[in-house]
Amino acid sequence: MSIITIERKVLEKNDELAAQIRNKFKRFKTFVINIVSSPGSGKTSILEKTIEQLKGNINMAVIEGDVQTDFDAKRVEKYNVPVVQIVTNGGCHLEAKLVQDALENIDLKGIKFLVIENVGNLVCPAGYDLGEDYKVVVLSTTEGDDKPLKYPKMFINSSILIINKIDLLPYVNCNIKELRENALKINPNLKIFETSCTTGEGIEEWCKWILENIKK
Amino acid sequence: MHELSVAQNIIEIVKENIPEEDLENVKTIFLEVGEFSGIVSDSLKYCFDVIKSDTPLENSKMEIKKIPFILFCNECKSETTNNMGIRLCEKCGEYNTKILSGTDMQIIKVEID
Repeated sequence: MSIITIERKVLEKNDELAAQIRNKFKRFKTFVINIVSSPGSGKTSILEKTIEQLKGNINMAVIEGDVQTDFDAKRVEKYNVPVVQIVTNGGCHLEAKLVQDALENIDLKGIKFLVIENVGNLVCPAGYDLGEDYKVVVLSTTEGDDKPLKYPKMFINSSILIINKIDLLPYVNCNIKELRENALKINPNLKIFETSCTTGEGIEEWCKWILENIKK
Repeated sequence: MHELSVAQNIIEIVKENIPEEDLENVKTIFLEVGEFSGIVSDSLKYCFDVIKSDTPLENSKMEIKKIPFILFCNECKSETTNNMGIRLCEKCGEYNTKILSGTDMQIIKVEID
């Protein structure tokens, strides 16, 4: 009987690939965000509003991740922004390998801003580095102000929180002050934006932050 | 989480690190799973038992050691833990902490007959 020492992290392969992807983004000076949330929080709507506002200023590209369909890629295509749709066929999160494969279909030359829209899921994407600069978590007012406490890992691993659908606040049981407090309790370094894709409120401030992070 | 794809990863890593001729003699795979790695140990074992049957590792089993979540606080210099896995020092209330353990999953070693 013998013992063979392995001592390898299970997610090591993903982390190595993510580091390679990160280097590639660095070489091309592309600013990259990984947008995560529950299904229906408004990731794609926020993305559409962002494209509308920034398209004239900077070259953008998008990688979409979904379990099924290319609905989201089709929505982005309407803006003539390069987009690749990843269909996971059951996978509950994007991994670095899938992003690497998608990047084979995107010419990063001149692309200043890349958005990776993750599979709608407030749990699993938290653990997977995709080579991004920042993870952006979207939480809508209809989901409830206790969600940061119920899904801490996602909020710990994110740098930005976008509280979306703020136009619905008068109609839902969500205390936005408590939501912010809960989120900051989990991660006091979270930068928080409040948006509505229906009224357009907050989109400008969000886009301003993106422009501030574009690499020269 | 998605213990099935994690079990798949583990099988691949073991295959990469153990000579092919020894794979079917692997008796035990020793893992360390952090308290806040996002993995449920029982689910992982169950998934492993399901997918190992078509692989050379079909006679092996997993043994999982749970690793507690431990923080080092850069402010008060103490080691603490936290029952939500957040980086809050429960001694002094500051967030200036470093995670020492409890968020990773590692394959430590393999016992071969």
